[in-house]
Amino acid sequence: MQLDDLYRQVIMDHYTRPRNQGQLDEADLTIDLKNPTCGDEITLQVLVRDGLVDDVRFHGSGCSISMASASMMTEAIKGQLVERAMELSREFRNMMKGAEADYDCLGELEALSGVAKFPARIKCATLAWNALERVQADRGGKVDESSS
Amino acid sequence: MDLSLIARDFPILSQTVNGKRLVYLDSAATSQKPDRVLDAVSRYYREYNANVHRGVHTLAGKATDAYESARVKAAGFIHAPSEDNIVFTRGTTEGLNMVAFGYARRKLRPGDEIVLTPMEHHSNLIPWQQAALATGATLRYIPLQKDGTLLWEDIEQAIGDRTRVVAMTHVSNVLGTVNPVKRVAQLAHERGAVMVVDGAQAAPHMPVDVADLDCDFYAFSGHKMMAPTGIGVLYGKRAALLEMEPVHFGGEMIDVVELFSATWKDIPARFEGGTPIIAGAIGLAAAIDYLDDIGMEAIRRHGAALTDYAMERLGKMPGITLYGPSAPRGALVTFNLDGVHPHDVATVLDAEGVAIRAGHHCAQPLMRELGAQSTARASFYVYNSEQDVDVLVGALETAKEFFSHAIG
Repeated sequence: MQLDDLYRQVIMDHYTRPRNQGQLDEADLTIDLKNPTCGDEITLQVLVRDGLVDDVRFHGSGCSISMASASMMTEAIKGQLVERAMELSREFRNMMKGAEADYDCLGELEALSGVAKFPARIKCATLAWNALERVQADRGGKVDESSS
Repeated sequence: MDLSLIARDFPILSQTVNGKRLVYLDSAATSQKPDRVLDAVSRYYREYNANVHRGVHTLAGKATDAYESARVKAAGFIHAPSEDNIVFTRGTTEGLNMVAFGYARRKLRPGDEIVLTPMEHHSNLIPWQQAALATGATLRYIPLQKDGTLLWEDIEQAIGDRTRVVAMTHVSNVLGTVNPVKRVAQLAHERGAVMVVDGAQAAPHMPVDVADLDCDFYAFSGHKMMAPTGIGVLYGKRAALLEMEPVHFGGEMIDVVELFSATWKDIPARFEGGTPIIAGAIGLAAAIDYLDDIGMEAIRRHGAALTDYAMERLGKMPGITLYGPSAPRGALVTFNLDGVHPHDVATVLDAEGVAIRAGHHCAQPLMRELGAQSTARASFYVYNSEQDVDVLVGALETAKEFFSHAIG
């Protein structure tokens, strides 16, 4: 087991210097999500304009993987079409399952691929993405079945 | 007995994990099983597997004898007056739920009080929340001191004339606190309440004498004391068990069944509806034999010495926060490495072959009291050694180094 596979440089960078952390003054949706098995918490706020993720913020507390994944997710979806954000979410989940995933689409998120080799930590990496799926569900969209 | 050789009885402990010798420090979650227990369970399935209490054939007789002699053994283990005081359960959680639903719910009235502590495991908390919701009784908490202990004055204050139930853990699974359950039981009885003790973290680690404690109910799990998962014990005083209603109805527990009604067997059979946990009970009996051969007092001393050693070594490490009282305490240490989430600590330790628990330990209200979202816990049993603690400390140094840039 290689710890460096899990804790890649870019992950530690997002953990120590999280992007888009904080609260939005105006948000369409605010989702609070907890991981009941470990106590990690995240609040995700999204502002959608013209079908685009115009702004996004998160705050919460958790391990390096959950917080880095949240930070990287916000960077990846900001300015993207909501549909594109949901596509990223699907590809991210595929990557977590160790299934085939579109790495071109995932970009920097590929750094989290090592998590798939640490089954106990997958739920850490998917916490923020579960919040994103909830945002989409609350907006009336369909929830990806693999989000639970 | 030379405890340094004990680990050899546990086949699982001889393996390597991630290329390192397995150092198993998660016995408070579940203990490992010695050959004697594994063999006893295997022998039952290979040689005399049969359902109990109803067959007239030879194997059924053997299985019934083994199952019922496990009950006698369990009674002896906690010094219960009779095997009739022993109800086999799936574990502590089921035992406590039986008391909350089969006993307390029938007795509680609006305005009655259930006294708890904030250090209860969810299994000795949520059944009481539910019992209170169903009956209009209210929950009352004895406040927790900063060091994770209870003040006697606070206990006296909390248990009053309206108290019907006091439910308290014998040893905290997070803080290691050993609660004065004998003294509390006496006070509870003076005020007209019953005393329910969660013994999950105590029964595996110290001599327990329910007659001396004088508690009304005492619940514990087999799997934390070297027996298989899925078997546990609920001890109840005879009078208390006679007032408890079954919560599982079906075969095995009935006396006469009519089309529209039925009557129950005597205690404790009436609480064991359905085919019982035969292999589990046989495994538990083997575990009790194994523990008795070592001696529960020797096990307690070993756990206390290891915990002292771990507290001392971790206490000297910069950046480590320790939780709970210094002594006396159960065989566990709960800590945090400042700036590093316990999950990350546990992952780095796992890479070093060290298995610990990280999370809220099924005690979310307690975590809030401690001001910690989650913690790391290393817990010991008689197969652990000072060398295991040394490996833990070394692995924590590795974790510190690995995350040094994150800690800043």
